[in-house]
Order: sequence, then C-alpha cells, then structure tokens
Amino acid sequence: MMKKLSIAAVTALTLSAGGALAAGAEGHVHDVDFSFEGPFGKFDQNQLQRGLQIYTEVCSACHGLRYVPLRTLSDEGGPHLPDDQMRAYAEQNFEVFDPELDDTRPARPTDHFPMSNLENAPDLSLMAKARAGFHGPEGTGLNQLFKGMGGPEYIVSLLTGYTGEEKEEAGVTLYENTAFPGGWISMAPPLVGEDVEFADGHSNELHHESEDVAAFLMWTAEPKLMARKHAGLTGVLFLTLLSVLLYLTNKRIWAPVKGKGHKAG
Amino acid sequence: MSGIPHDHYEPKTGAEKWLHSRLPVVGLMYDTIMIPTPKNLNWMWIWGIVLTFCLVLQIVTGIILVMHYTPHVDLAFASIEHIMRNVNGGHFIRYLHMNGASLFFFAVYLHIFRGLYYGSYKAPREITWIIGMLIYLCMMGTAFMGYVLPWGQMSFWGATVITGLFGAIPFIGEGIQTWLLGGPAVDNATLNRFFSLHYLLPFVIAALVAVHIWAFHTTGNNNPTGVDVRRASKAEAEKDTLPFWPYFVIKDLFALAVIMVIFFAVVGFMPNYLGHPDNYIEANALATPAHIVPEWYFLPFYAILRAFTGEVWVVQLASWITGGIVDAKFFGVLAMFGAIAVMALVPWLDTSSVRSGRYRPMFKWWFALLCIDFVVLMWLGARPAEEPYATYSLIASAYWFAYFLVILPLLGVIEKPTAQPETIEDDFKAHYGKAETPAE
Repeated sequence: MMKKLSIAAVTALTLSAGGALAAGAEGHVHDVDFSFEGPFGKFDQNQLQRGLQIYTEVCSACHGLRYVPLRTLSDEGGPHLPDDQMRAYAEQNFEVFDPELDDTRPARPTDHFPMSNLENAPDLSLMAKARAGFHGPEGTGLNQLFKGMGGPEYIVSLLTGYTGEEKEEAGVTLYENTAFPGGWISMAPPLVGEDVEFADGHSNELHHESEDVAAFLMWTAEPKLMARKHAGLTGVLFLTLLSVLLYLTNKRIWAPVKGKGHKAG
Repeated sequence: MSGIPHDHYEPKTGAEKWLHSRLPVVGLMYDTIMIPTPKNLNWMWIWGIVLTFCLVLQIVTGIILVMHYTPHVDLAFASIEHIMRNVNGGHFIRYLHMNGASLFFFAVYLHIFRGLYYGSYKAPREITWIIGMLIYLCMMGTAFMGYVLPWGQMSFWGATVITGLFGAIPFIGEGIQTWLLGGPAVDNATLNRFFSLHYLLPFVIAALVAVHIWAFHTTGNNNPTGVDVRRASKAEAEKDTLPFWPYFVIKDLFALAVIMVIFFAVVGFMPNYLGHPDNYIEANALATPAHIVPEWYFLPFYAILRAFTGEVWVVQLASWITGGIVDAKFFGVLAMFGAIAVMALVPWLDTSSVRSGRYRPMFKWWFALLCIDFVVLMWLGARPAEEPYATYSLIASAYWFAYFLVILPLLGVIEKPTAQPETIEDDFKAHYGKAETPAE
C-alpha cells in the first residue's frame, strides 16, 4: 500500500507541476533539437556567437538585455569571446550614460547591455525562461519532462510563426502568428531570412537564424547552464556512490538481526 | 506513559561526571540517539530524516541567499539575477533552495499519509500529530512568503490572491488584509514583512520539530503493525526494538542518499520544471498573468478553495442561513482551512481501536481512494476554473471531507478488523522467516 502511495505521489508531482503551466489559448510551439538539452547538453559556442550577431544587428534595435553584463560575453560556457573582442564589442555597439561624467560614454565590460529602446518591447534577458511550450498531454506537462521547458522552442516558433496576415486594431498593426498566445502579435516579423551575413558563411535561412538567436537567449537567461549541469552530474555520481556504500553498510548491520549472513553473537 | 526501558548514559571518567552533574547534555544526546525503535519499521519511516535534512538545507542555503538578496520592490528581482549571474555558486544555491522547498513538501505529504495509514495519530500520539500539523502550517506560510521574495509576476499575483482570502472574512476581513499587507495592496511593505517572516518561521519550525521529536520519543515510535512495544522489562522491550543508532540512522541515511541522487538530478538538469515561467518576468501591478497558479504543493487545497462556487447548494444554504454573511468566497476560504482542520482533528474522528490500516480491510480501500483524491485535487488545482473541472473539484473536495467526517467515524463501528500480531517481534519474524532471537 505504501509503495503505491509513493508512486502516486511521484505521479502527482509530475502531473501537477506541468499542470501548473497549463493554459487556455496557447499558440503552437514545435520541438527543436538544441545542443544544450539533456543532462550532458552543452552550448554550441559558435551558435551563441552567431546569435549574438543577430541580436546586435536586428533585435537590439528595440529589445534590451538589461540583466546581462557585457563582460560575461567572454565567460566560459557562453559565447566565450576573446577578451579584446569583448571590449571592442562593448565599446563599438553601446553608449551608456555615466552620472559621474554627466554625459554618455562608450560601454565598458562592467556595464550591462542596455535596456529596451521601445517601451513595448520586453527585455529579452530572461525570455527563454519566461516562456514555455509542450504543456500536454491534458495539461499534465509530461512532455516538458522529456523535451525541456520549451522556452527556446517558443522563441523559434514565434520567429518562424508569421503567416503574413495583418490587421489593424485601434490604430495598431497586428501580425498573425501561430505561436503567439491569441494568434496576433504587435511585433512586425523581425527576421525574414538572410538578415545577417555570418563571417564563417553559416546558413542564414530563417529557421537557422531563429535557432541561433534562441540559443543565444537561452544563454542570456541561464548563463551558468553548463556549470549547473556539470555540478548536477558530479552530485549525482558521488551520491550514487554514497548510496551504494550506505546500502552495503546497512545490509551488513542488519544481517545478524534478520538472521541472514553472519549469525548473531 | 513511561518510556520504553533501555540503558541510560553512565558517565565514566572524571570529566564526564563533572559535566554530567552540571549539564547532562551528553546524556540527553545519548538517550536521543540510542532510543529503542521498533525493529519492524518499513521504508515509509524514513521521511522524518529527509524532512530534518530539508529544514537544515533550506536554512543553510537561505542564509547564504540572504547575504546577496535585497528586499525592495525595485531591487529584489535584479538581486536574484545578481545571485544567478555574479555570486560564486549562487545559481546552484538558489536552485537548491527553490527545489528544496518542493522536496520538503514532497516528503511531508508522504510523511503525513504514512501517519494516516498506520494510525500514527492515534492515542497516545495525538500531541505528536497536532505539533506535526502546526509544523505543516508553518511550512505553508514560509513557502508562500518565500515564493513572493523573487518579486516575479507569480510572486506578486500569488500574494495578491492569497492575502485576498483574508479579505473574504466578513466585517473584519478588509482590515486584516490591509494589516497583513501593510497597505492597500501588495507593495514594498508587504515584501519587507514577508522577508522578515520568511527568515523567522524556519526557526519556529525548528523549535516545533524539537517538540515533535520529544513527543514521539516519549510515546515511542508507531510501527507498521500499530502494536505497542512491550515495556514490562528491558529484556522484553529489546525483543521488539533496536537502538536508533546504528540500525535506523544508517538505514535512513541510505534512503536519504538515494533521494539526494534524484534531487541533484532535478536541480542539475531541470531546476525550473517545478516552477512557473511567469516568475521570470518582474512583478507588474498593471499586467495580470493569464493564469495565476500556486506552486504544486498548494494545488490540492487551492482546488478545494475554488470548488465551492455560488452555484453549489451547500454554499447557497450557508448563505441563506447566515443571511448572506457567508458568501461563496468566504465559504471557499472556510473549506480550504477546514480541509486542513479535519486532518488535524483526525485523532478524535477515527473511532477504530485498531491503529494500523494493515488490519483494517475496509479502511484500506477508503484510504487508497483518499490518496487518489489528493492527487486528483492536485491536478484540478492547476486546471482552469471551468467545466468539467469545477464539478470534478466539487466531488473530490466532498470526498476529502467525507473521509474524515463520515467514513472514519463510521468505519470504527462497522468494520471487523483482521488479526493483529501479538508482538512486534512476531511480525518481524514472520517477515524474515527463520530469524533467531539475537543472543541476549
């Protein structure tokens, strides 16, 4: 009976966790295979650098990354830009207001990416964790257990989900999008394919660009993802070893009492 | 009720005697760790250690997080991101704390349902049970206020909805709500007091845990048979029990290690699975999330809260009798707290003289149904408030109350229990076959 209870409890936990994310009129989010998924997943450094380029050339026109310090661009487990490149990137791309100078100056590594330029454009720092996909089946959230929370997939689905239909509502142009909840989004299609030229000649088709920028945004949302997975794996391995040792100790201690192995005495 | 007879600490050296006559702390520790424990305890008796570990884990990680956290509406969200990005190991400590809360509740639910099945709440363990329920209430308060601290969208709106429950109390509700919030709405004052209480309550829990342990160390542990340990003499007691150290300490630590493997896998590989994406959006009083959903461990009671709408005849009746004082909202609040209250009162609602569900053929099925009911309520708590979920919630809530208020009192009268073993020793031997009695 108590065994059944434990199983029921685990089931309840998994079901309701996903269930908590269930929502009504969700858009369609399709699955994408990212390199950083799963216990052994790692960020693809080149992909993050391409994503950074797309963000810089396209997204940053409106959207900010206010929680991301520029210096982290050269962190391991991220885009890992060489130090001088990161400094140059900060200096050339962003101006910040310095209260000490009472003037603007080029950004330094210790500064953060700027805030959004448009009031209606949300900050993208945490977007990949603030959205999710795959709530099914029946709002149980089991899909997320196997496919991840679906934030980056949501971003890809959104960027590739424009149907081309437009409508005007209260003076605002809305664009039909299959991934956006409600189906109509006020952001014009930001990427159409071949929006950027990559130095290494990597494909700049729409779905490749979308995946690159989604991966980059996963990094901005979870910069310590690789360190975390590594720590988790180390923990799991050592604790498994500890479990085995404690199992054997326990068995040995109880053997005389249970009348197995060594006799009492 | 005197304790189970066992050896007590005898100071031997001069220094030990010197200390013992002034402060018998070693003796206290000895008696605690060497307490005679029924030898037939099964794997459902490991959750106490897991829960103690959770409390320590939460306090330790929490204290570290406080060093870097800023309780201010303009800075709280950013300070969490500071922990996640700039503090050494901060991301892992924060995820441990976040998921530690889930482990805490996971373990406490199994602990509670174990008690409900094996009748651990029955005489003479009512005080242990009541203290346990107080701990559970404190845990809920702590978890709720902790969830507000990151100051995300779910933090803010969760706080708004839950404090709103107090606003449903007739006449004095609004006053209480304002007093709780420190203002007309959830704001900086609310965040600050929740932070203060979130830091305080774990230490209250720690004190209650000490009393909880004290209480069941006085009565002795329950066990899967529910049969009492023989305590006429030490020799007799030793046939039914083994000292807590090393037998149960090692057993519990083994179980804890296995659970830690799973816990570290969750923290390392899917730390946000049990959370809500909306909480990665900073709190915004002007934008209500599409669905305000509490954390998974509150969902069963949240489902009960929402089950009693104005269309339910019981609610209409209550409203008519009280002249409209008890409206649907207040009824829901009463039902939610009532669901916990009936659980707390179970020592006096269960009329059966048999402790363990193992020897209660009818009880077993009703209890299994209660477990399913709890899981179903948890699922319903996360569903939108519409048909058919509303009807399901009502049925599931009704069963929760029926189990405690109708089924348990009746079962004690109509049920014919099966034969219980004479002693714990018999049960243990039946399980391990040819076991010899350990040499005395």
